[in-house]
Order: sequence, then structure tokens, then C-alpha cells
Amino acid sequence: MFTETLLKTNNLTKYYSGFRALDNVNLEIGRGKIIGLLGPNGSGKTTLIKLINGLITPSSGEILVDGNNPGPYTKSIVSYLPDKNYFANWMKVQDVFNMFADFYGDFDMNKARDMCAMLNIRPEDRIKSMSKGTKEKVQLILCMSRNAQLYLLDEPIAGVDPAARDYILSTIINNYNEEGTVIISTHLISEIERVLDEVIFIQNGQVIRHDSVDDIKENEGKSIDEVFRESFRMVPYMNVNQEGVYRYDK
Amino acid sequence: MAWKLDDSRPIWPQLKEQLTMAIVSGQYPMGSPFPTVRDLAADAGVNRNTMQRALSELENDGLVITNRTAGRTVTTDKELIMKMKMETASTYIDEFVAQMNAIGFSTEEIIQVLKEKEAK
Repeated sequence: MFTETLLKTNNLTKYYSGFRALDNVNLEIGRGKIIGLLGPNGSGKTTLIKLINGLITPSSGEILVDGNNPGPYTKSIVSYLPDKNYFANWMKVQDVFNMFADFYGDFDMNKARDMCAMLNIRPEDRIKSMSKGTKEKVQLILCMSRNAQLYLLDEPIAGVDPAARDYILSTIINNYNEEGTVIISTHLISEIERVLDEVIFIQNGQVIRHDSVDDIKENEGKSIDEVFRESFRMVPYMNVNQEGVYRYDK
Repeated sequence: MAWKLDDSRPIWPQLKEQLTMAIVSGQYPMGSPFPTVRDLAADAGVNRNTMQRALSELENDGLVITNRTAGRTVTTDKELIMKMKMETASTYIDEFVAQMNAIGFSTEEIIQVLKEKEAK
């Protein structure tokens, strides 16, 4: 019934008016995994996620989700958590739930209601009255209440407090479909590395590493956070002293 | 369970060590039902594949037994539990002796200070 590979990209490239946001990305991703999409700001994480769920189209190359190009079928099996808030302010939580139930056949209303109850969010609460963090939690609930095959979570924990991060991470690990895969983009690596099976490092639009977390830890004896910091170390700006420019080398 | 995980090492061996400890110390008594992968993973805040790997290792060691219908239970093999207990004890003793040696105590001196401490 299922193809072994859930997601495949072939020489995927995306230009934004001359700027190369993604450069020849070749990825192959299996089922039943939680994968971290990690990279500095502006490295192409959001672009890759938007391409996979068909919000934007490639300049060249190909994306296959469960063997299909992005379209109505892939949208029915991909659950996407955007990095921005997309609710209309006049809506109540129940309105958003109804909208999701209309759009997606795999949306589980009871699950969504239960998750809200656990967070003391009521169906009659208005989006307008919510804090940024609460809106993010509602978005996550919507995303994880779908019985999808591929979950694409773009910065799911960036805007919430540490206690809510724990809640969000446990919600993710407890609610994804076991035949499905979760891709989480973030730069808060130490917060999420324990839940990851694999990591993809992306820099300047290129995939520079795609490895299993166990292999990295076994071979390098370091946390993913440390490996990331070493891979993406930047040279900080320093004041010029009398001898000339102070070079920061290590 | 209070999990203590070090992110610079692979997670599954640490889960295995800590679950072994919990079984050997009787926190999960012999023959008692063992929690599911799902529950353990949620409790430790790790993903299910990682916990599954740790549990498979416990099954290989025979500490946990999978029944076809009744889920997993802790072994009822007393000798095996005793053997694992001795292995754990031996690791602790090696560490302790190495540290004592490093600050200049011979094995006889270690025994002597232990006895003195016991007598107090």
C-alpha cells in the first residue's frame, strides 16, 4: 500500500528573482521518522517546506510525495504548520476546527477538542483575544489532529515559553501517525534533539548533511547542538585595535 | 521514572542502562507488566523508534519478555536478575576503585577506610 520512500526530491532548485534560495537539493526520506531540518536563518528551510507542500513551485527539479508531484493528492496527506499565524481575528476556535473539518477528510475533531481542553482553550474562545503563544498552540493542535502521512512543522516552538515547548514536543511525538514522518524545522536544536531520528543540515540553500542522530553522536561524541554550532560558526565583528584588525579565529 | 540523558551520547544505550537499573533495583518487579513503548517514550521525552531500540536490547538480554497477547512483562528469572545486578555492581566498584587509586589509596587502604566508616 505504501511506497517505502515517503518524500524524494531530485535536483530541486528554487530562485526568487535571481536569488538562489535552494540549490540542487536531493533528499530521500522514509516513513515513521522524526526529522530535524536545521540551518541558520535564511538558509532555505521554509522554502523547502513550502515547495514540498505545493505552496510554491520549483524553478527546476522535482518533488515526489508518496510517489506523486505536489497536487490535490499530496495535499490530502501532508499536514503543514506554517511559521506564521494564518487565522482571521474574528474567528473562534470552533470556526477554525469546522474549516479544517471541511478541508481535510483526515481531520479528527474529537482529538482537536481534547487537546484544546488540556490546554484550557475553549472552543468559543476568539482568536483575537489570544496571545501569540496560544495562537501557535491552536495551530499545532490543528496540524497534529490530522491523520496525515507527512507533517511539515515550520518553527513550531520558536514563539512559546519553555513549559509550552515541552507540551508541544510531547504532543508531536505522541500524535503523529506511525506510518507517517514528521519534519521539524527549527534553530532551537538543543530543545528538540532528543526526539529526532535524523537531521538535515541546510546552508545557503544546499543540503550539507543528512545523517542519523545516533550515528552522529556515536561517531563524534557530541550533541547535535554542538555539531550544528561547529558547522555554522560565524566570525563575529570585533573592534579594530591599534595593531590593526583583531582576527577572531577560533 | 526520572530519566537522565546526556545529549553527547546516543540516546538508546542510555535508555537501556536506565531501564536495566529500574528492573534490577526492583522498581519494575519480576513478572510484572512492563510499560508500552509509547508510554515509556512519552515519559522520557524521546521518540518511539529510540525507545523501541532500547526495549529490543532488553528483550535480547532476556530482562523483558514479549508475550504474544499480553504485552511485555519483566523476566521471572532470578539468576538473570542477580547476574545483571552483579554486572552493575562490578561497574560501580571499578569506577570507585579507580577514583580511590587516583587519589593514592591502595586496595587494602580502601577496605580499611570502608570498615572504619562502617564502624562509626
